[in-house]
Amino acid sequence: MLNAVEITNLTVKYPDVKALDDVSFVVKEGDFLGIIGPNGAGKSTLFDSMLGLNTKYTGTIKFFGQDIKKSKKYHDEIGYVPQKPVFEKNFPATVSDVVRMGLKNESDENKIDEILQQLWIHELRKRRIGELSGGQLQRVFIAKALVNNPKILILDEPVTGIDQQSIELFYSILRELNSKQKITIIWSSHDLDAVNQLANHVACLNRTLFFHGESEKFFSDDALVKQYSEASMQEHMHHH
Amino acid sequence: MSFEILTYSFMHRALISGIAIAILCSVVGLFLVLRRYSLFGDAIAHSSFGGIALGLLAGVYPLWTAYGVSIVSALIITKIKDRYNISGDASIAVLLSSGIAAGLVIISFSGGFTIDIFSFLFGSILLVSVNDTILILALTGAILIVILLLYRQLLYSTFNEEQAKVSGIPVEKINYLIIFMAGITVVTSIQLVGVLLISALFVIPNVTAIMYGRGFKQTAIISMSFSVFSVVVGILISYIFDITPAGTIVLLSIGLLAITMGIKSAGLLSKN
Repeated sequence: MLNAVEITNLTVKYPDVKALDDVSFVVKEGDFLGIIGPNGAGKSTLFDSMLGLNTKYTGTIKFFGQDIKKSKKYHDEIGYVPQKPVFEKNFPATVSDVVRMGLKNESDENKIDEILQQLWIHELRKRRIGELSGGQLQRVFIAKALVNNPKILILDEPVTGIDQQSIELFYSILRELNSKQKITIIWSSHDLDAVNQLANHVACLNRTLFFHGESEKFFSDDALVKQYSEASMQEHMHHH
Repeated sequence: MSFEILTYSFMHRALISGIAIAILCSVVGLFLVLRRYSLFGDAIAHSSFGGIALGLLAGVYPLWTAYGVSIVSALIITKIKDRYNISGDASIAVLLSSGIAAGLVIISFSGGFTIDIFSFLFGSILLVSVNDTILILALTGAILIVILLLYRQLLYSTFNEEQAKVSGIPVEKINYLIIFMAGITVVTSIQLVGVLLISALFVIPNVTAIMYGRGFKQTAIISMSFSVFSVVVGILISYIFDITPAGTIVLLSIGLLAITMGIKSAGLLSKN
């Protein structure tokens, strides 16, 4: 198996704190990696660095062996679904318009219908995106990320505004993308149960990487799960 | 009388130039409005006032100096805004006032040339020459071609800069390109409505079109149609009743906006 992602000694320093400290891990092609960690654990910083939005880091990030600071080709290999898609509420774009933005080869118009059907949003294609529910929007942004046939899908899971039914649908879509279409998935989530069910690998982040390995190993180690739960619970209490 | 005016060659030039400018302003303006840069056109127009004064003082065709000054100052202000993290509206205020201030100082140096300045402030579409018309058509064509070629990049980076960047779109370059195109569009359009009313052509047809709740291309087409309608009818009415074309054009487009708001309030448009 090829290394889809290879992160080596990744460190990101802010003036008063290290957001990421010497993080190294490898994601094999076809893996489904769940990244968990409390708020402020550096998940967003990790994603921003991987996506080329933060370039002020030391260490290296490689996609399929190519250092992202040296080659721009990696943009074609990854699809990204943001946690909270930000746009003007009355932006004059339909669902098809938004998915088309992701399409690099504009002659692949059929691909748009295909992906909309696959994600159960084909009937919404002419609706303005400002009219959609949280769950529908999430699927539109997954469609936009997938329309270019990426090899890696990076998702920042939204924490609020999505109903239970949409969450279930979202999970079944992820499972299918990984098992049938063999897309490598890197997914940041707050839901330990869902990570346990879906991901075959887990990375547990709290500025440093304190666990990375098969999810069975993580979830069968009560001490680790307890440690993680306590850390995130403290964070949770802290925020409320 | 109403048919006779369509036989005058100055009227042909005015209508052809007016239609080209209407299309250009609504397309470029749509990107500016969606980027919350509605007043940027106004700011560039005001900075062009400095350029016009400079041209009149130096004895150069004022629109050439206006092109130079507006584009350069718009790009500089964008750079300053990014570098020093000044908000969009504040940077617009800086650009707007510095152009007028420079213009006023230059005018007072020269002892004043109020009549020429007047036509730039309020437009003089009925006076456009053959050369002006050719220039307007050429620039409109060139900008529309650039927009068609870079359509996806322009739309995506307007929709969400961060995601566009992740997709490998050179967002910063695209931003400068939009500013550059806005600079050319504004100065080209000064002949139609003048420095003071430019932003109306950028903003009003687009705000109106967005209310119809359609996709991007349809919104652009609706906006262009409203803009062309206001300009053509505005020029004809203003000639027949001997009133100012610039004011008439802008009032007509405000009328279309009011009608659209009425239709929307009556629930005849989609609720978005």
